[in-house]
Amino acid sequence: MSVSLAATPELALALFDLPFRDGYVRSIILVSLYVSVTAVALSTLVSLPVAVVIGFADFPGKGFVKSVVNTGMGFPSVVVGLVVLFAVSNQGPLGSLELIFTREAMIMSQFVLATPPITAISLAAVDGVDDGVRDAARALGGTRLDAALVVVKEARYGIATAVLAGFGRAISEVGSVLIVGGNITSADGISKTRTLTTAIQLEARQGQYETALVLGAVLVALVLAVNAVVVRFGDRGAQG
Amino acid sequence: MTIQRREFVAALGAAGIVSTAGCSSTDGGDGSASDGGGGNGTDGDDGASESVGVAGETLTLTTTTSTYDTGLLDEIHTGFEEMYGVTVDAVPQGTGAALETARNGDSDVVMVHARGLEDEFMRNGYGINRRDLMFNDFVIVGPESDPAGIRGSGSATEALTAIADAEATFVSRGDNSGTHTKELNLWEAAGTDPGGDWYQETGTGMGEALNIADQQGAYTLSDRGTFISQRSEVDLTILVQGPIEDGPEILANPYGVMAVNPGVHENANYDLAMAYIGWITSPSVQTAISEYQVNGEQLFFPEAVSEDPDFQQYVPEGWSSDSADE
Repeated sequence: MSVSLAATPELALALFDLPFRDGYVRSIILVSLYVSVTAVALSTLVSLPVAVVIGFADFPGKGFVKSVVNTGMGFPSVVVGLVVLFAVSNQGPLGSLELIFTREAMIMSQFVLATPPITAISLAAVDGVDDGVRDAARALGGTRLDAALVVVKEARYGIATAVLAGFGRAISEVGSVLIVGGNITSADGISKTRTLTTAIQLEARQGQYETALVLGAVLVALVLAVNAVVVRFGDRGAQG
Repeated sequence: MTIQRREFVAALGAAGIVSTAGCSSTDGGDGSASDGGGGNGTDGDDGASESVGVAGETLTLTTTTSTYDTGLLDEIHTGFEEMYGVTVDAVPQGTGAALETARNGDSDVVMVHARGLEDEFMRNGYGINRRDLMFNDFVIVGPESDPAGIRGSGSATEALTAIADAEATFVSRGDNSGTHTKELNLWEAAGTDPGGDWYQETGTGMGEALNIADQQGAYTLSDRGTFISQRSEVDLTILVQGPIEDGPEILANPYGVMAVNPGVHENANYDLAMAYIGWITSPSVQTAISEYQVNGEQLFFPEAVSEDPDFQQYVPEGWSSDSADE
């Protein structure tokens, strides 16, 4: 999954000779990617249709709905983490699923965090598509779905930006994954629910600011790599 | 990377499909959210192995930052995991949060260091079968210049009073951790109510608190283990020793371990919790704890193995079957 990405921490390790055990950095990168990519994929699944439906529809209170979505972009991640904690705790409504301190719980909280920005920015992108495009698609005999797909295609750069914004929000947040994930590694130092951000938090808590900064650099490199991939994907889509 | 691209494509494709659902798209989205999470969970699960018996089960231990950050748990847990074929999920939280997590039934066993909070936990029925585990001690650290003149003081409370009188900067954890609880008990014993610009509640872990104290030339209360592991990076020195170095007994820092009561939380993995308590209080593991060193110094002193009975370790401190309404 991350052959080229894993080279980044190894380079950093070679440069700084960090006190990490074999596989530690690699495993937290994989957990970070797994949780955030899954959460963003699910958020996109929900956000895109919502954005298209809201963008197409005209109804009273549309501005209010947009305001609500925009407000969601400002959810503090710690609060989201607490809400998800209450949901998945053994005392909570989803307690029987035993999701507390699992990656699935972390995906839930990042899903809640990533959905508002993806929806809001996708909505702006869909709104920005000229009405003529949709009208033309319908005039040519297309169904509502055809029209939606055409608009989504026209808005793909904005939507890619939305997905990247959601991904940035997800992979960089520390508050909720710390609460619902528990920041767990196995005794041999392989991450179970530790992400790059919670690993950074752990180093900082111990006053190991240098190693925290190096992990921060790994996180930035990772986000950069994902952005490059998505942008390249977007360009390919433009050609095809 | 191909996976990400595929997921992205899948996301876009599925988005189109869901959009046909029109106004029910929110429900559809929620459904696919849980489905997708489960499906991907199988892909991403790389370490878990299924097996019969206790093997393959997971014990969730909530504990304090001091046991975790010193590396002790990683060092010793491998032995337990190999012996039983299980996984220990150690969640470092600080004493207050660790007990709260257990109170909610989200952990199986707790290892903490604030006897008052442990006693309350037991009295409320959440914790059972408590054992004394190990101890180290707290130390009052501060800058070499020692503006409040507490160096070598034989009394922790007098030292704190001197700091308060001098209004010398004091960094408090302020996070309901075992160390914070001890600090508040010390202020109370000193008869001083700390407050004012010189008293700074940081709400951080011990390592960060030591760094903040270092930056500000401030005093703080630290457990000896965390201070030893960080001593080389901060310009702070021990000014009041704890009982390990013949300091006042009030700075003792005992750790206890106890199981979550399966009568309150039936989902608690009680069997494994008791196996863990039995294992960690066994002579061989107690020896391993005493042999664990950071920077050439012993951090924890085992306390579980003794010829003499100590009944107080099993019950809230001061409890007696003679006393009435416990």
